[in-house]
Amino acid sequence: MRLDLLPRARRSPWLDLLSPALAFAAAVLIGGLAVAAFGVPPGQAFLAYFVAPLSEAWSLQEVALKAAPLALIATGLAFCYRANLWNIGAEGQVVIGGLAGGWVAIAAHGSEGATVWILPAMLLAGTTAGLAYAMIPALLRVKLGVSEILTSLMLVYVAQLLLDYMVRGPLRDPQGYNFPQSVGFDEAARLPALMTGESLHAGAPIALLAVLLATLVLARTLFGFEVRAVGASPRAARFAGFSDARLTLAVFAISGGAAGLAGICEVAGRIGQLQPEISPGYGFTAIIVAFLGRLSPPGILLAALVIAVTTIGGEGAQIDLKLPLDLTRAFQGLLLCLVLGADVLTRYHIRIVPGGAGGGALP
Amino acid sequence: MSLDILQMVLVTVLTAATPLILAAIGELVVERSGVLNLGVEGMMVLGAAAGFAVATETGSTLLGALGGAGSGLLLAALFGLLTVGLAANQVAAGLALTILGLGLSGLVGAGYVGMKRDPAPHLHLPGLTDLPGIGHLLFGHDAFVYAALLLVAGTWWFLWRSRAGLSLRAIGDDHTATHALGLKVRRIRFLAVLFGGACAGLAGAYLSLAYTPFWAPAMTAGRGWIALALVVFASWQPLRVAAGALLFGGATVLQLHAQAAGLGLPGQLLSAMPYLATILALVLLSLGRRRGGSPAPAALGRVFAPSR
Repeated sequence: MRLDLLPRARRSPWLDLLSPALAFAAAVLIGGLAVAAFGVPPGQAFLAYFVAPLSEAWSLQEVALKAAPLALIATGLAFCYRANLWNIGAEGQVVIGGLAGGWVAIAAHGSEGATVWILPAMLLAGTTAGLAYAMIPALLRVKLGVSEILTSLMLVYVAQLLLDYMVRGPLRDPQGYNFPQSVGFDEAARLPALMTGESLHAGAPIALLAVLLATLVLARTLFGFEVRAVGASPRAARFAGFSDARLTLAVFAISGGAAGLAGICEVAGRIGQLQPEISPGYGFTAIIVAFLGRLSPPGILLAALVIAVTTIGGEGAQIDLKLPLDLTRAFQGLLLCLVLGADVLTRYHIRIVPGGAGGGALP
Repeated sequence: MSLDILQMVLVTVLTAATPLILAAIGELVVERSGVLNLGVEGMMVLGAAAGFAVATETGSTLLGALGGAGSGLLLAALFGLLTVGLAANQVAAGLALTILGLGLSGLVGAGYVGMKRDPAPHLHLPGLTDLPGIGHLLFGHDAFVYAALLLVAGTWWFLWRSRAGLSLRAIGDDHTATHALGLKVRRIRFLAVLFGGACAGLAGAYLSLAYTPFWAPAMTAGRGWIALALVVFASWQPLRVAAGALLFGGATVLQLHAQAAGLGLPGQLLSAMPYLATILALVLLSLGRRRGGSPAPAALGRVFAPSR
């Protein structure tokens, strides 16, 4: 048997929408089988993973709290991935952003004048730090041709260890009974809650704004066109006079800045102090979100919500149905595999040639 | 006496290098065929979990090693189906494989956290192994170490001395031309991907069956990524992969000793050393290669979809 792929002359907008939906349905089906193998009725698990998180006010807030950083980081990454550049170290940029922004809050802790300017200063510090950290792999690539994939990933480990060192060392709360954590931030250094007494904070509207802005930039500006052109046809883009180096630096700056902003929003919003761990892998999950959303900001927003729902649902299922948390991670990885596989539908006609043993045969 | 200490250090360097050699040799063959599989970490960690699980259930280290290699191979088959069969983006599929592998390894290994096994048995040849100074270094390892060294030699022979290896390298340099010549581009790439997966799985099984020997979630700790960097660092040459892995193994051992000796440096800085060293190695390498073309396979990472 042979599997032939014939390129489609035009992409159909229907298939663009249908292929991720198909992939999602397939992933849910396989997930159902896996859940059954753990002795849990698939219907019950489906309710726990996809419906329960949407059924109560507090869990809806949790979904929004998880979706916001994912959408923000993935939107930044979409610029990189569209231009065929591979920043996979967003997790490190999240950590550095949170660390730098948190440092500002700790330095201003308890001082009288720190009121109005402190929060903007923290957000700015976090964004800038994330951006600067992303510049390391970008510059190494532009100046020396070093693979940005490996350097950006290696810097994740370095960032996590740096945060660990700072929280156990210089930034530790002197009155904290030796716990590895900083002082709690002042009220002025926290992102305000959207509704008094609730957990949802201003990080969600910030993420929404970023998604909106990215949509406009990608669709309506010359820079957005440049990013799309380089991704679609690097050769043509070079003939058009677009500079590879400038674009590399720009998209890394955008993705690093977005990740840094997400980091400080997490620290100043939910956590309120620095700890050895400030992100449950948002930077990595955002990679799934970016591709699940087909690298378009509105799609990414939807994908972030889907992933957030399954993550919250997974936490619920662990408590109620005794299903392991790793099941959620495996499901998300599988979902991304299927999305990438289904993508072939949008780009090629698939023809199965029975019995043929030509040059393109699969074993 | 000092000779024995030197030998002890070299033995630990070799054991630290073994998982890197295994995983990097597999990835080297994959990349030589023109496919970039970034999922090494995922295949490796699944191999560690599955290897430990199989070995515990059957009581056999050999079956455990085979189980680890088999699980890596299965995960690689999924990757091959996506990238070679369906022309999916290799970078994205590799990342997906890493995430999937980490999740699956957690599921497979859930029941085995905290268990201990005896490490894989070490070779002991009466007389030879007890030779002072060199006996343990030459004749005192477990089977994984010897397998890794054989793999290096075998891969070198395959790539540079066999016709199939020549085809594989040609495909990695130009899939369109080799396809036109009638070489089975996708079949050979798929087989290369499977080989890489089995090697990564075996590397993981070595960690949980011989190196530590227990299973802990995410115990590969970035070794899969370091193996990927080693392939670049070694300019896609098997013998240089072995040399680079020994260098990194040495750095790891040095870091452990420095931590134990308490040099006054923060532990986090020492832990960050392998990652910083990887970046530094890549930078130095590209500095030394300013002139002349890249030694990377020319078709590396590019999608191939034959229309006929």
